[in-house]
Amino acid sequence: MQRRVTFDNRLLPYLLLAPQVTVTLVFFIWPAANAIWQSVHLQDAFGIRSEFVWFENFTHVLSDPNYLDTLKVTVVFSIAVTVLAMGVALLLAVLADSKIKGARAYKTLLIWPYALAPAVAAVLWMFIFNPDIGSFGQALRALGYDWDYRLNGGQALVMVIMAASWKQVSYNFIFFLAGLQAIPRSVMEAASIDGAGPMRRFWTITFPLLSPTTFFLLVVDMVYAFFETFGTIHALTQGGPGKATETLIFRVYQDGVVNNDLGGSSAQSVILMVIVIALTAVQFRFVERKVHYA
Amino acid sequence: MKPTRFIDLVPHIVLIVGVLIFAYPIYVTLIGSTWDSGTIGRGGLPLWPGGQGMVNYAQAWAGEAGERALYTPVRTMMLNSLVMALSIAVGKIAISILSAYAVAFFRFPLRMAFFWLIFITLMLPVEVRIIPTYKVVADLGLINTYAGLAIPLIASATATLLFRQFFLTIPDELLEAAKIDGAGPVRFFIDVVLPLSRTNIAALFVILFIYGWNQYLWPLLVTSSGDMETIVTGITKMIGTGESANDWHIIMATTVLAMLPPVAVVVLMQRWFVKGLVDSEK
Repeated sequence: MQRRVTFDNRLLPYLLLAPQVTVTLVFFIWPAANAIWQSVHLQDAFGIRSEFVWFENFTHVLSDPNYLDTLKVTVVFSIAVTVLAMGVALLLAVLADSKIKGARAYKTLLIWPYALAPAVAAVLWMFIFNPDIGSFGQALRALGYDWDYRLNGGQALVMVIMAASWKQVSYNFIFFLAGLQAIPRSVMEAASIDGAGPMRRFWTITFPLLSPTTFFLLVVDMVYAFFETFGTIHALTQGGPGKATETLIFRVYQDGVVNNDLGGSSAQSVILMVIVIALTAVQFRFVERKVHYA
Repeated sequence: MKPTRFIDLVPHIVLIVGVLIFAYPIYVTLIGSTWDSGTIGRGGLPLWPGGQGMVNYAQAWAGEAGERALYTPVRTMMLNSLVMALSIAVGKIAISILSAYAVAFFRFPLRMAFFWLIFITLMLPVEVRIIPTYKVVADLGLINTYAGLAIPLIASATATLLFRQFFLTIPDELLEAAKIDGAGPVRFFIDVVLPLSRTNIAALFVILFIYGWNQYLWPLLVTSSGDMETIVTGITKMIGTGESANDWHIIMATTVLAMLPPVAVVVLMQRWFVKGLVDSEK
């Protein structure tokens, strides 16, 4: 797309673009290219010589049973976070959008958790579910349940899923609410007059009309669960116990920073890039479709 | 007036339960920050405020030694987080509005090539290129500097796309009139485009400030000295593995202070915030 009328100036546009293009080249394109280069090379122990090894790093990473376990954890974690965050947000948004008293107050009280960092959300959950100091953690133990997410892998996974979804509900809520407010009241009223009950109105009108929002949030939540929840996991479980809560991004950090395995970590970064590109492509196909119907 | 039926109360009950689930952890943290570490460590935290509040906050703020460890003062960490968040927000808005102006209002060779170059950064969030980006920043000698904290995060395709989208809605007549009056591109930018973009800038600012304040993985990597610590990473370093023998009273006071600025921004600028979020992510 281009405007009909424009300014004529040979130099100025390049000067205006220069800052962003410089930052993009230095901190985005160059490191990404580096990751790709390193992912097909193997460095010697001193980091002096490197050898081109085709896809050896990738086959190494992908045939590592530990990596496949991490992949499994990531899939379970992401699906659980997405479903929970979206389900709760949709329920609350539908209720807050209906004509009830105090709808505005409810909205304000439900959107502010967006401001919390994922790591801070994790810390808040720790204050409550820590088996030593947390009220719920202690209550669970008092009931005879052997609760300690620092030792039990399954409980640890439940903890990070809950903390990560808890923080993401408000984001989904804001978008569902915006989507709901865009549905014309007349359609709902017509259905009402035709005798459709609230459940039926929801499933035959609201839910289909919300599908663009739902689809958009599906992608955003997946990206959130894949990447941004690093803070949640780092603050709460450090990927443990064992590797029970280690997701793909946590492992990139672990291998690259803690274990200093550049080739393997770069191959993992490239795999992550492919995942993001796929998710972004899916999202853009959807954006296009939305534009056509709008 | 119809009598209130139970079924009418159900939405309120569900919403109130929802609100409580979000408020309860915050309440516990607020209360915890007013008790001493012994009370919290034993797990006997009451549901009402204690009398240690002032002492705890003063201690956290000044970084006086807790009972068990020495921490970076919260005032240092808050300042670092503030500088990082403001640099990211202001930097992103500045470079995006300029590049969007170039792409929207000029015709020049390689225009689309530059546009795509910016566009593909959408697909490279900092997390996926983390190790090589760290290496670049280290080679440039930017570890433990504000520049190293902020600059690698300020290139953003979303802000550029948002501004470009908005610029395309500015009518051609306005531009023609300005040209007839003899206004050049710089003048037009300052006198027309910038004032028209005010709401978009405000909305983006809210979103980007929160984005910057809440950064975690990047500050964790590029800061190693205590005096460059940001508050969000600082908290988790204080907690360590979450043993009961932590200075919980200081940790909770620090957590409250860490939440304050972004929550205040969201609550006070709610209208702009919702607009910024819904517009920039579309």
